[in-house]
Amino acid sequence: MIKAILIFNNHGKPRLSKFYERYCEDMQQQIIRETFHLVSKRDENVCNFLEGGMLIGGADNKLIYRHYATLYFVFCVDSSESELGILDLIQVFVETLDKCFENVCELDLIFHVDKVHNILAEMVMGGMVLETNMNEIVTQIDAQSKMEKSETASTAARAHRGIRAGPAQRRVGPVCGPRVSPYLLFQGQHRTWHWNRWLLHRRR
Amino acid sequence: MALKIVKGSIDRMFDKNLQDLVRGIRNHKEDEAKYISQCIDEIKQELKQDNIAVKANAVIKLAYLQMLGYDISWAAFNIIEVMSSSKFTFKRIGYLTASQCFYEGTDVIMLTTNQIRKDLSSPNQYDTGVALTGLSCFVTPDLARDLANDIMTLMSHTKPYIRKKAVLIMYKVFLKYPESLRPAFPRLKEKLEDPDSGVQSAAVNVICELARRNPKNYLSLAPLFFKLMTSSTNNWVLIKIIKLFGALTPLEPRLGKKLIEPLTNLIHSTSAMSLLYECVNTVIAVLISLSTGMPNHSASIQLCVQKLRILIEDSDQNLKYLGLLAMSKILKTHPKSVQSHKDLILQCLDDKDESIRLRALDLLYGMVSKKNLMEIVKKLMIHVDKAEGTTYRDELLTKIIDICSQSNYQYITNFEWYISILVELTRLEGTRHGHLIAAQMLDVAIRVKAIRAFAVSQMAMLLDNGHLLAGNMQRNGICEVLYAAAWICGEFSEYLQEPNQTLEAMLKSKVTTLPGHIQAVYVQNAAKLYASVLQQNEQAGDKEAAQEITQMLIDKLPQFVQNADLEVQERASCILQLIKYIQKLQAKDVPVAEEVMALFAGELNPVAPKAQKKVPLPDGLDLDAWINDAPSESSSDDENPKKMIFHEEEQRNVRHRQPEMDEDELARRREVRKQEQANNPFYIKSSPSSQKNYQDASGVDHIPVVQIDLTVPLRVPGNWHYCSSLASIYCT
Repeated sequence: MIKAILIFNNHGKPRLSKFYERYCEDMQQQIIRETFHLVSKRDENVCNFLEGGMLIGGADNKLIYRHYATLYFVFCVDSSESELGILDLIQVFVETLDKCFENVCELDLIFHVDKVHNILAEMVMGGMVLETNMNEIVTQIDAQSKMEKSETASTAARAHRGIRAGPAQRRVGPVCGPRVSPYLLFQGQHRTWHWNRWLLHRRR
Repeated sequence: MALKIVKGSIDRMFDKNLQDLVRGIRNHKEDEAKYISQCIDEIKQELKQDNIAVKANAVIKLAYLQMLGYDISWAAFNIIEVMSSSKFTFKRIGYLTASQCFYEGTDVIMLTTNQIRKDLSSPNQYDTGVALTGLSCFVTPDLARDLANDIMTLMSHTKPYIRKKAVLIMYKVFLKYPESLRPAFPRLKEKLEDPDSGVQSAAVNVICELARRNPKNYLSLAPLFFKLMTSSTNNWVLIKIIKLFGALTPLEPRLGKKLIEPLTNLIHSTSAMSLLYECVNTVIAVLISLSTGMPNHSASIQLCVQKLRILIEDSDQNLKYLGLLAMSKILKTHPKSVQSHKDLILQCLDDKDESIRLRALDLLYGMVSKKNLMEIVKKLMIHVDKAEGTTYRDELLTKIIDICSQSNYQYITNFEWYISILVELTRLEGTRHGHLIAAQMLDVAIRVKAIRAFAVSQMAMLLDNGHLLAGNMQRNGICEVLYAAAWICGEFSEYLQEPNQTLEAMLKSKVTTLPGHIQAVYVQNAAKLYASVLQQNEQAGDKEAAQEITQMLIDKLPQFVQNADLEVQERASCILQLIKYIQKLQAKDVPVAEEVMALFAGELNPVAPKAQKKVPLPDGLDLDAWINDAPSESSSDDENPKKMIFHEEEQRNVRHRQPEMDEDELARRREVRKQEQANNPFYIKSSPSSQKNYQDASGVDHIPVVQIDLTVPLRVPGNWHYCSSLASIYCT
């Protein structure tokens, strides 16, 4: 089970926080701070797992994270989840965001956190993985957006507000190449397992 | 009225939506809290409006503020209002915010029951979808109980999207309302063979989670999962099933035997690393459970180790880490298979990634042998020098000591070398494991007689340079080593080359800056050393030297008598008095050395932990007899819950029976009750005369007991507790 999903930037500001277990707000902020503290100390070329004695849960839990440009995507999971599988899930999540926002960057997450929640809700439900196929997720999101658009078509006031919010865009990383999860390939080639390194290497 | 509407819509134009709020917060970096409290006031105004769009806007802003750490539970009712909107957009907003902040303690959460029920049966699948998603985050036992049936029906919905969500949420429902598991289980099993793969994996997911909590009950499903494993191509499903088998094999070894072959096939055929890793893990778990060592399984072990080697050699750090993790599991039961890869592990020690180095260190533990121990430790010492972070260095230190001391120093051939390693380790600054090194030194010095001379010479050196180590004052810091050094020098003083010098070193004024417990040891061992020096001097007939040394002690000990630590004070005072007495005797030319030595006679040996049990009980001693009278016990019974299908961790509370009330307690309660009644204006007092009578009576015993001749028994059988509680009210 997934205990929490956190997205925060290089300075520790939360961009999305989803807890699948009850914590009061102070505790949640403390968890975010501590997770940031642990994850930001890590070097770039180290493995993406952090174990042991977290504020969340305890010995059974580990933090699995990925660093894309200015954002950390952190999943706190217990031992029932496969580590490499979760890494792939993070990858799928980011790619889905990329597809839905068209070349997603941090500002999109800042100004449209509700949309990010909606996308996440199609992937993880109540701490359990619901769907891992990106096309399926995007189909559902599109259908729901269509419904939303048809309902709010009448409200003129909102109609002109666009999706883009500003010129400065720090990219999470444009996706190029085959959209595959590195650890779950059917036909593997060494090259494609590491294509996402390019994503990871793109810093500011 | 019209004006109100116009005014309202003008106000609405200035409403901030979510983006405005975010932008505003970003523009108010200095006075963020003030700005946000302003926004919260605006939100409160917006929530008072009738327009549901306005409310929804306010609620989504609240969800954002919740992420920043603000409590939004005061708006729970408004959130429910938005949830009940007929428009999907607003409904979604309502459920999202509810999933962020509702929990069992939310008062109004039961108001959601009907709304959720309505949404679950909505013709629009997305309404149902958001309801299920939201519910999964805030389901409570009441909600679970009320909605379980609705969700179970949804498991057979026509749309796979709904079926998938309904199946997945059942796990949460089971957690909160375990009674729903039994009726729902058959349907859940059906979903394992659902034509839609999403629904199938949701079902597998749920059953795997259930089985991890309570493996025994799901063993019967093993054949079904076996079939799924061999037929499915969805990697996520396969991973879940294989992990599940890993959890089941300890309970059913025969299952393990059957699994080896398909797992081996999967290992050979798959190119998905995550699946490969999970297969290897489960094979290891199976082989551990079958560790009766069947010979044809060595092939599987070899295969696993081979594949793990590939993982470890990969340049991807994650694969390396996981490979090392799995290798250490094999190490516990099949150390020989791992030993051939020693070179690879030693290579990993040089890795830049600290987590990988730590994992490699763990593996080293099992790889040492008599021949390679020195080489490995040498390599580790190089790392100790190079290591930057103190945690890693500490870890290395602990590991070095663990490796060397494992199995009672099985692998050490040269203890002098070990002592010199320990002394080298003392040069580490800022370590928190000083006590470990100290303990090792003590242990080795006590047990290995042969190297005592060498050990003592090294310790004397440490004491001489004690001021270097004294810099680090923290608890368990390296200064702990001085504890060991002082004790060893004191206890085995016969090996000292320059006892006078060592004695002086122990009594230097710098010593008073050390922690109290170390100083205490210093003082005690200074006394021991003094005794041995005294004896030497007397045997050599050197009276002057003897008196000199006595005088030196008398000069130096007072600084310890004035020490802040009590133990040091006490020891120093005792020894000072003793020495003053000795001085007097010395002045009269009485040979005292023998008697002083007798103070410290006897050799200390290490005692095995189970030694106490081996001591035979003397006859006539009954360890179980009470020394004093047994106290009155208050009984408590533990109710063992009937084994629930699901929860095995729940414990019922212990029931306590009221302890017997004694006279004083009764009198006290009487007084308190009288006070209360006097102060209570609504209490109807009985008539003065009877009250007077009451006050005269001094307890139940005063009432004369008269035998009444009745055919009907006074005592009512059955409801004992009711009678006794009545008795306590009336017997005042």
